[in-house]
Amino acid sequence: MANEVILLDFWPSMFGMRTRIALREKGVDFEYREENLRDKSPLLLQMNPVHKKIPVLIHNGKPVCESSIQVQYIDESWSHKNPILPSDPYQRAQARFWVDFIDKKMYEAQRKVWASKGEEQETGKKEFIELLKILESELGDKPYFGGDDFGYVDIGLIGFYTWFPGYEKYGNFSIEAECPKLIAWAKRCMQRESVAKSLPDSEKVTQFIADLRKAFGVE
Amino acid sequence: MAERSEEVKLLGMWASPFSRRVEIALTLKGVPYEFSEQDIANKSPLLLQSNPVHKMIPVLLHNGKPISESLVILEYIDDTWQNNPILPQDPYHRAMARFWARFVDEQIYVTAMKVVGKVGEERDVAVEATRDLLKLLEKELVGKNFLGGERLGFVDIVATLVAFWLMRTEEVVGVKVVPVEMFPEIHRWVENLLDVDVIKKCIPPEDEHLNYIKARMDSLKLKSVQ
Repeated sequence: MANEVILLDFWPSMFGMRTRIALREKGVDFEYREENLRDKSPLLLQMNPVHKKIPVLIHNGKPVCESSIQVQYIDESWSHKNPILPSDPYQRAQARFWVDFIDKKMYEAQRKVWASKGEEQETGKKEFIELLKILESELGDKPYFGGDDFGYVDIGLIGFYTWFPGYEKYGNFSIEAECPKLIAWAKRCMQRESVAKSLPDSEKVTQFIADLRKAFGVE
Repeated sequence: MAERSEEVKLLGMWASPFSRRVEIALTLKGVPYEFSEQDIANKSPLLLQSNPVHKMIPVLLHNGKPISESLVILEYIDDTWQNNPILPQDPYHRAMARFWARFVDEQIYVTAMKVVGKVGEERDVAVEATRDLLKLLEKELVGKNFLGGERLGFVDIVATLVAFWLMRTEEVVGVKVVPVEMFPEIHRWVENLLDVDVIKKCIPPEDEHLNYIKARMDSLKLKSVQ
Protein backbone atom coordinates (compact mmCIF):
# COMPACT_ATOMS: atom_id res chain seq x y z
CA MET A 1 0.00 0.00 0.00
CA ALA A 2 1.35 3.43 -0.88
CA ASN A 3 2.47 5.47 2.06
CA GLU A 4 3.09 8.91 0.69
CA VAL A 5 4.33 11.45 3.18
CA ILE A 6 5.07 15.06 2.25
CA LEU A 7 6.21 17.73 4.67
CA LEU A 8 5.72 21.38 3.71
CA ASP A 9 8.22 23.23 5.84
CA PHE A 10 10.61 26.15 6.20
CA TRP A 11 14.17 25.25 7.14
CA PRO A 12 14.68 27.52 10.24
CA SER A 13 11.28 26.74 11.76
CA MET A 14 11.67 25.22 15.22
CA PHE A 15 8.18 23.83 14.74
CA GLY A 16 8.95 22.15 11.42
CA MET A 17 12.00 20.62 13.10
CA ARG A 18 9.69 18.77 15.50
CA THR A 19 7.88 17.01 12.69
CA ARG A 20 11.13 16.18 10.86
CA ILE A 21 12.53 14.59 14.02
CA ALA A 22 9.36 12.60 14.69
CA LEU A 23 9.28 11.21 11.14
CA ARG A 24 12.92 10.19 11.38
CA GLU A 25 12.43 8.64 14.81
CA LYS A 26 9.90 6.34 13.20
CA GLY A 27 11.99 5.69 10.09
CA VAL A 28 9.29 7.13 7.84
CA ASP A 29 10.34 8.05 4.31
CA PHE A 30 9.11 11.51 3.49
CA GLU A 31 9.45 14.18 0.86
CA TYR A 32 10.61 17.49 2.31
CA ARG A 33 9.36 20.54 0.43
CA GLU A 34 10.78 23.94 1.24
CA GLU A 35 8.17 26.72 1.27
CA ASN A 36 8.85 30.35 0.47
CA LEU A 37 6.77 32.09 3.12
CA ARG A 38 6.57 35.25 1.05
CA ASP A 39 5.20 33.27 -1.88
CA LYS A 40 3.25 30.35 -0.44
CA SER A 41 2.61 27.41 -2.73
CA PRO A 42 -0.94 26.62 -3.87
CA LEU A 43 -0.54 23.27 -2.12
CA LEU A 44 0.18 24.93 1.23
CA LEU A 45 -2.81 27.25 0.88
CA GLN A 46 -5.02 24.33 -0.08
CA MET A 47 -3.79 22.02 2.69
CA ASN A 48 -3.83 24.60 5.48
CA PRO A 49 -6.52 27.07 4.44
CA VAL A 50 -7.29 28.01 8.05
CA HIS A 51 -3.84 29.16 9.15
CA LYS A 52 -1.79 29.09 5.90
CA LYS A 53 1.27 28.14 7.99
CA ILE A 54 3.99 25.56 7.93
CA PRO A 55 4.66 22.85 8.84
CA VAL A 56 1.96 20.86 7.06
CA LEU A 57 2.19 17.09 7.03
CA ILE A 58 0.42 15.46 4.09
CA HIS A 59 -0.13 11.73 4.52
CA ASN A 60 -1.63 9.96 1.52
CA GLY A 61 -3.09 13.28 0.40
CA LYS A 62 -4.63 14.18 3.79
CA PRO A 63 -3.22 17.17 5.65
CA VAL A 64 -2.37 17.37 9.35
CA CYS A 65 -1.60 20.86 10.66
CA GLU A 66 0.12 22.17 13.81
CA SER A 67 3.46 20.64 14.75
CA SER A 68 2.48 19.18 18.15
CA ILE A 69 -0.61 17.62 16.58
CA GLN A 70 1.60 16.21 13.78
CA VAL A 71 4.03 14.64 16.25
CA GLN A 72 1.18 12.93 18.10
CA TYR A 73 -0.30 11.81 14.78
CA ILE A 74 3.05 10.35 13.72
CA ASP A 75 3.38 8.54 17.06
CA GLU A 76 -0.09 7.05 16.70
CA SER A 77 0.21 6.15 13.01
CA TRP A 78 3.64 4.50 13.26
CA SER A 79 3.42 2.91 16.64
CA HIS A 80 5.83 0.04 15.93
CA LYS A 81 9.01 1.72 17.14
CA ASN A 82 10.51 4.53 19.20
CA PRO A 83 7.40 5.60 21.10
CA ILE A 84 7.31 9.37 21.42
CA LEU A 85 4.58 9.82 24.03
CA PRO A 86 4.76 7.83 27.28
CA SER A 87 2.33 4.94 27.69
CA ASP A 88 1.21 5.94 31.18
CA PRO A 89 -1.74 8.39 31.07
CA TYR A 90 -0.35 10.62 33.82
CA GLN A 91 3.11 10.83 32.22
CA ARG A 92 1.40 11.48 28.91
CA ALA A 93 -0.55 14.36 30.45
CA GLN A 94 2.64 15.83 31.86
CA ALA A 95 4.32 15.61 28.44
CA ARG A 96 1.35 17.31 26.77
CA PHE A 97 1.34 20.00 29.45
CA TRP A 98 4.98 20.90 28.83
CA VAL A 99 4.69 20.99 25.05
CA ASP A 100 1.61 23.18 25.50
CA PHE A 101 3.72 25.41 27.78
CA ILE A 102 6.41 25.65 25.11
CA ASP A 103 3.80 26.35 22.42
CA LYS A 104 2.12 29.09 24.43
CA LYS A 105 5.13 30.85 25.89
CA MET A 106 8.39 30.23 24.05
CA TYR A 107 7.71 31.71 20.63
CA GLU A 108 6.57 35.13 21.80
CA ALA A 109 9.27 35.36 24.43
CA GLN A 110 12.16 34.39 22.14
CA ARG A 111 10.96 36.79 19.50
CA LYS A 112 11.43 39.76 21.81
CA VAL A 113 15.02 38.74 22.43
CA TRP A 114 16.09 39.25 18.81
CA ALA A 115 13.34 41.35 17.24
CA SER A 116 13.32 44.24 19.65
CA LYS A 117 15.75 46.58 21.36
CA GLY A 118 16.15 48.72 24.45
CA GLU A 119 13.62 48.34 27.24
CA GLU A 120 11.42 45.89 25.33
CA GLN A 121 14.38 43.64 24.63
CA GLU A 122 15.52 43.68 28.26
CA THR A 123 12.07 42.65 29.44
CA GLY A 124 11.92 40.00 26.72
CA LYS A 125 15.30 38.63 27.77
CA LYS A 126 14.23 38.37 31.41
CA GLU A 127 11.02 36.57 30.48
CA PHE A 128 12.85 34.24 28.15
CA ILE A 129 15.49 33.30 30.71
CA GLU A 130 12.76 32.71 33.26
CA LEU A 131 10.99 30.32 30.89
CA LEU A 132 14.22 28.44 30.24
CA LYS A 133 14.78 28.15 33.98
CA ILE A 134 11.30 26.73 34.48
CA LEU A 135 12.03 24.15 31.78
CA GLU A 136 15.45 23.40 33.24
CA SER A 137 13.87 22.87 36.63
CA GLU A 138 11.37 20.46 35.09
CA LEU A 139 14.24 18.57 33.43
CA GLY A 140 16.09 18.30 36.73
CA ASP A 141 18.76 15.65 36.67
CA LYS A 142 17.02 13.43 34.14
CA PRO A 143 18.73 12.74 30.82
CA TYR A 144 15.55 13.70 28.95
CA PHE A 145 12.33 15.45 29.94
CA GLY A 146 10.44 12.15 29.99
CA GLY A 147 13.15 10.38 31.97
CA ASP A 148 15.49 7.86 30.43
CA ASP A 149 14.00 8.02 26.97
CA PHE A 150 13.97 10.76 24.37
CA GLY A 151 10.38 11.81 23.77
CA TYR A 152 7.66 14.34 23.13
CA VAL A 153 8.90 17.25 25.24
CA ASP A 154 12.48 16.86 24.00
CA ILE A 155 11.16 16.96 20.44
CA GLY A 156 9.02 19.96 21.36
CA LEU A 157 11.92 22.02 22.63
CA ILE A 158 15.10 21.00 20.83
CA GLY A 159 14.47 23.06 17.66
CA PHE A 160 14.82 26.25 19.68
CA TYR A 161 18.42 25.22 20.45
CA THR A 162 19.50 26.11 16.90
CA TRP A 163 18.31 29.65 17.62
CA PHE A 164 20.23 29.94 20.92
CA PRO A 165 23.47 31.38 19.51
CA GLY A 166 21.34 34.01 17.74
CA TYR A 167 19.55 34.90 20.98
CA GLU A 168 22.89 35.11 22.77
CA LYS A 169 24.41 37.31 20.10
CA TYR A 170 21.57 39.81 19.86
CA GLY A 171 20.48 39.59 23.47
CA ASN A 172 24.04 39.77 24.72
CA PHE A 173 23.90 36.97 27.26
CA SER A 174 25.00 33.38 27.72
CA ILE A 175 22.32 30.70 27.91
CA GLU A 176 24.87 28.19 29.16
CA ALA A 177 25.69 30.46 32.09
CA GLU A 178 22.00 30.75 32.97
CA CYS A 179 20.93 27.16 32.24
CA PRO A 180 23.87 24.76 32.05
CA LYS A 181 21.74 21.63 32.48
CA LEU A 182 19.55 22.64 29.58
CA ILE A 183 22.60 23.05 27.34
CA ALA A 184 23.89 19.64 28.42
CA TRP A 185 20.46 18.18 27.60
CA ALA A 186 20.49 19.84 24.16
CA LYS A 187 23.92 18.44 23.34
CA ARG A 188 22.69 15.02 24.41
CA CYS A 189 19.73 15.32 22.03
CA MET A 190 22.00 16.42 19.20
CA GLN A 191 23.76 13.03 19.46
CA ARG A 192 20.60 11.41 18.21
CA GLU A 193 20.58 10.82 14.47
CA SER A 194 16.96 11.94 14.00
CA VAL A 195 17.80 15.26 15.65
CA ALA A 196 21.18 15.83 13.98
CA LYS A 197 19.63 15.20 10.56
CA SER A 198 16.64 17.46 11.20
CA LEU A 199 18.25 20.58 12.60
CA PRO A 200 20.00 23.21 10.49
CA ASP A 201 23.39 24.68 11.37
CA SER A 202 23.13 27.28 14.10
CA GLU A 203 25.31 29.61 12.04
CA LYS A 204 22.78 29.58 9.23
CA VAL A 205 19.99 30.33 11.70
CA THR A 206 21.95 33.21 13.23
CA GLN A 207 22.45 34.65 9.75
CA PHE A 208 18.72 34.22 9.11
CA ILE A 209 17.99 36.18 12.29
CA ALA A 210 20.39 38.90 11.14
CA ASP A 211 18.51 39.16 7.85
CA LEU A 212 15.18 39.34 9.67
CA ARG A 213 16.47 42.10 11.94
CA LYS A 214 17.49 44.13 8.90
CA ALA A 215 14.13 43.50 7.27
CA PHE A 216 12.29 44.58 10.43
CA GLY A 217 14.53 47.59 10.87
CA VAL A 218 15.78 46.49 14.25
CA GLU A 219 19.44 47.04 13.36
CA MET B 1 -14.27 -3.72 40.97
CA ALA B 2 -11.06 -1.96 42.10
CA GLU B 3 -10.40 -2.10 45.83
CA ARG B 4 -8.45 1.13 46.13
CA SER B 5 -10.37 4.34 46.32
CA GLU B 6 -10.21 6.66 43.37
CA GLU B 7 -10.07 10.22 44.48
CA VAL B 8 -10.97 12.72 41.80
CA LYS B 9 -11.09 16.39 42.67
CA LEU B 10 -11.63 19.31 40.32
CA LEU B 11 -10.42 22.79 41.20
CA GLY B 12 -12.66 24.94 39.06
CA MET B 13 -15.04 27.86 38.69
CA TRP B 14 -18.76 27.57 38.14
CA ALA B 15 -18.86 30.10 35.28
CA SER B 16 -15.69 29.06 33.47
CA PRO B 17 -16.12 27.23 30.15
CA PHE B 18 -12.74 25.57 30.69
CA SER B 19 -13.78 24.21 34.05
CA ARG B 20 -17.26 23.11 32.85
CA ARG B 21 -15.81 21.14 29.95
CA VAL B 22 -13.89 18.99 32.42
CA GLU B 23 -17.12 18.40 34.35
CA ILE B 24 -18.84 17.35 31.13
CA ALA B 25 -16.09 14.81 30.43
CA LEU B 26 -16.12 13.37 33.95
CA THR B 27 -19.91 13.17 33.97
CA LEU B 28 -19.99 11.56 30.52
CA LYS B 29 -17.68 8.83 31.84
CA GLY B 30 -19.61 8.45 35.07
CA VAL B 31 -16.58 9.37 37.18
CA PRO B 32 -17.53 10.60 40.66
CA TYR B 33 -15.64 13.72 41.62
CA GLU B 34 -15.44 16.43 44.21
CA PHE B 35 -15.79 19.95 42.88
CA SER B 36 -13.94 22.74 44.65
CA GLU B 37 -14.95 26.27 43.65
CA GLN B 38 -11.86 28.45 43.45
CA ASP B 39 -11.55 32.17 44.02
CA ILE B 40 -9.17 33.48 41.36
CA ALA B 41 -8.81 36.83 43.08
CA ASN B 42 -7.61 35.04 46.18
CA LYS B 43 -5.93 31.83 45.03
CA SER B 44 -5.92 28.90 47.43
CA PRO B 45 -2.66 27.27 48.53
CA LEU B 46 -3.90 24.05 46.94
CA LEU B 47 -4.35 25.73 43.57
CA LEU B 48 -0.94 27.41 43.70
CA GLN B 49 0.69 24.17 44.72
CA SER B 50 -1.15 22.10 42.10
CA ASN B 51 -0.55 24.46 39.18
CA PRO B 52 2.53 26.50 40.06
CA VAL B 53 3.32 27.23 36.39
CA HIS B 54 0.05 28.89 35.35
CA LYS B 55 -1.77 29.27 38.69
CA MET B 56 -5.06 28.78 36.85
CA ILE B 57 -8.13 26.60 36.93
CA PRO B 58 -9.16 24.02 35.98
CA VAL B 59 -6.85 21.59 37.72
CA LEU B 60 -7.79 17.94 38.03
CA LEU B 61 -6.38 16.08 41.01
CA HIS B 62 -6.44 12.32 40.54
CA ASN B 63 -5.37 10.51 43.68
CA GLY B 64 -3.57 13.69 44.63
CA LYS B 65 -1.67 14.07 41.35
CA PRO B 66 -2.41 17.31 39.49
CA ILE B 67 -3.14 17.76 35.79
CA SER B 68 -3.52 21.28 34.40
CA GLU B 69 -4.74 22.85 31.12
CA SER B 70 -8.25 21.86 30.12
CA LEU B 71 -7.36 20.18 26.81
CA VAL B 72 -4.64 18.16 28.52
CA ILE B 73 -7.13 17.22 31.26
CA LEU B 74 -9.73 16.09 28.70
CA GLU B 75 -7.20 13.80 27.00
CA TYR B 76 -6.11 12.46 30.38
CA ILE B 77 -9.71 11.65 31.28
CA ASP B 78 -10.17 9.89 27.95
CA ASP B 79 -6.91 7.91 28.42
CA THR B 80 -7.78 6.91 31.98
CA TRP B 81 -11.49 6.03 31.76
CA GLN B 82 -12.12 4.20 28.52
CA ASN B 83 -15.91 4.06 28.49
CA ASN B 84 -17.85 6.58 26.35
CA PRO B 85 -14.77 7.66 24.40
CA ILE B 86 -14.40 11.37 23.75
CA LEU B 87 -11.70 11.31 21.07
CA PRO B 88 -12.04 9.20 17.93
CA GLN B 89 -9.97 6.01 17.54
CA ASP B 90 -8.44 6.72 14.16
CA PRO B 91 -5.22 8.83 14.24
CA TYR B 92 -6.33 11.12 11.42
CA HIS B 93 -9.65 11.92 13.04
CA ARG B 94 -7.90 12.42 16.36
CA ALA B 95 -5.58 14.93 14.69
CA MET B 96 -8.59 16.72 13.21
CA ALA B 97 -10.33 16.82 16.59
CA ARG B 98 -7.22 18.25 18.24
CA PHE B 99 -6.90 20.82 15.46
CA TRP B 100 -10.48 22.07 15.85
CA ALA B 101 -10.28 22.11 19.63
CA ARG B 102 -7.21 24.34 19.42
CA PHE B 103 -8.98 26.50 16.87
CA VAL B 104 -11.85 27.08 19.28
CA ASP B 105 -9.55 27.93 22.18
CA GLU B 106 -6.82 29.87 20.40
CA GLN B 107 -8.80 31.62 17.66
CA ILE B 108 -12.51 31.83 18.45
CA TYR B 109 -12.12 32.36 22.19
CA VAL B 110 -9.47 35.07 21.86
CA THR B 111 -11.46 37.00 19.25
CA ALA B 112 -14.78 36.52 21.04
CA MET B 113 -13.31 37.95 24.24
CA LYS B 114 -12.82 41.21 22.38
CA VAL B 115 -16.55 41.31 21.59
CA VAL B 116 -17.25 41.38 25.29
CA GLY B 117 -14.32 43.50 26.35
CA LYS B 118 -14.38 46.26 23.74
CA VAL B 119 -16.86 48.93 22.76
CA GLY B 120 -17.85 50.84 19.64
CA GLU B 121 -15.89 50.27 16.48
CA GLU B 122 -13.39 47.92 18.12
CA ARG B 123 -16.30 45.73 19.11
CA ASP B 124 -17.72 45.77 15.57
CA VAL B 125 -14.38 44.62 14.21
CA ALA B 126 -14.30 41.83 16.81
CA VAL B 127 -17.82 40.73 15.87
CA GLU B 128 -16.86 40.48 12.20
CA ALA B 129 -13.68 38.59 13.01
CA THR B 130 -15.56 36.17 15.27
CA ARG B 131 -18.13 35.52 12.56
CA ASP B 132 -15.39 34.76 10.03
CA LEU B 133 -13.99 32.15 12.38
CA LEU B 134 -17.42 30.71 13.18
CA LYS B 135 -18.08 30.21 9.46
CA LEU B 136 -15.42 27.49 9.57
CA LEU B 137 -17.22 25.74 12.42
CA GLU B 138 -20.49 26.13 10.50
CA LYS B 139 -18.93 24.34 7.54
CA GLU B 140 -17.70 21.51 9.77
CA LEU B 141 -21.25 20.86 10.98
CA VAL B 142 -22.86 20.33 7.57
CA GLY B 143 -24.38 16.84 7.46
CA LYS B 144 -23.44 16.10 11.09
CA ASN B 145 -25.38 16.07 14.32
CA PHE B 146 -22.35 17.00 16.34
CA LEU B 147 -18.82 18.20 15.58
CA GLY B 148 -17.78 14.72 16.63
CA GLY B 149 -20.11 13.18 14.07
CA GLU B 150 -23.00 10.99 15.21
CA ARG B 151 -22.29 11.51 18.86
CA LEU B 152 -20.88 14.20 21.12
CA GLY B 153 -17.09 14.26 21.05
CA PHE B 154 -13.99 16.17 22.01
CA VAL B 155 -14.63 19.19 19.80
CA ASP B 156 -18.27 19.49 20.93
CA ILE B 157 -17.18 19.50 24.55
CA VAL B 158 -14.58 22.19 23.86
CA ALA B 159 -16.96 24.17 21.65
CA THR B 160 -19.59 24.43 24.41
CA LEU B 161 -17.61 27.65 24.86
CA VAL B 162 -19.35 28.86 21.69
CA ALA B 163 -22.78 27.40 22.43
CA PHE B 164 -23.15 28.42 26.06
CA TRP B 165 -20.73 31.26 26.57
CA LEU B 166 -20.27 33.22 23.35
CA MET B 167 -23.91 32.83 22.36
CA ARG B 168 -25.09 33.76 25.83
CA THR B 169 -23.14 37.01 25.69
CA GLU B 170 -25.36 38.12 22.80
CA GLU B 171 -28.14 38.95 25.20
CA VAL B 172 -25.85 40.97 27.42
CA VAL B 173 -23.82 42.63 24.67
CA GLY B 174 -26.94 43.41 22.63
CA VAL B 175 -25.37 42.18 19.41
CA LYS B 176 -26.43 39.05 17.56
CA VAL B 177 -22.90 37.74 17.01
CA VAL B 178 -24.24 34.38 15.78
CA PRO B 179 -27.50 35.12 13.94
CA VAL B 180 -29.46 32.04 12.90
CA GLU B 181 -29.74 33.24 9.28
CA MET B 182 -25.97 33.27 9.01
CA PHE B 183 -25.33 30.18 11.13
CA PRO B 184 -28.22 27.70 10.79
CA GLU B 185 -25.95 24.68 11.38
CA ILE B 186 -24.52 26.10 14.60
CA HIS B 187 -28.03 26.80 15.89
CA ARG B 188 -29.11 23.26 15.00
CA TRP B 189 -26.04 21.93 16.77
CA VAL B 190 -26.84 23.91 19.95
CA GLU B 191 -30.33 22.33 19.95
CA ASN B 192 -28.70 18.91 19.61
CA LEU B 193 -26.41 19.66 22.53
CA LEU B 194 -29.32 20.72 24.70
CA ASP B 195 -30.90 17.32 24.06
CA VAL B 196 -27.95 15.58 25.71
CA ASP B 197 -28.50 14.95 29.43
CA VAL B 198 -24.86 15.36 30.36
CA ILE B 199 -24.76 18.78 28.72
CA LYS B 200 -27.97 19.94 30.36
CA LYS B 201 -26.60 18.83 33.69
CA CYS B 202 -23.18 20.42 33.35
CA ILE B 203 -23.67 23.87 31.86
CA PRO B 204 -24.16 26.87 34.19
CA PRO B 205 -27.80 27.77 34.90
CA GLU B 206 -28.82 30.41 32.37
CA ASP B 207 -30.13 33.22 34.59
CA GLU B 208 -27.28 33.18 37.03
CA HIS B 209 -24.87 32.91 34.15
CA LEU B 210 -26.29 35.91 32.30
CA ASN B 211 -26.05 38.00 35.46
CA TYR B 212 -22.47 36.93 35.90
CA ILE B 213 -21.57 37.75 32.28
CA LYS B 214 -23.17 41.16 32.59
CA ALA B 215 -21.22 41.94 35.76
CA ARG B 216 -17.95 40.80 34.14
CA MET B 217 -18.63 42.85 31.05
CA ASP B 218 -19.32 45.98 33.09
CA SER B 219 -16.06 45.61 34.94
CA LEU B 220 -14.13 44.95 31.70
CA LYS B 221 -15.67 48.02 30.08
CA LEU B 222 -14.69 50.10 33.05
CA LYS B 223 -11.14 48.82 32.72
CA SER B 224 -10.93 49.54 29.00
CA VAL B 225 -12.21 53.09 29.45
CA GLN B 226 -9.85 53.91 32.33
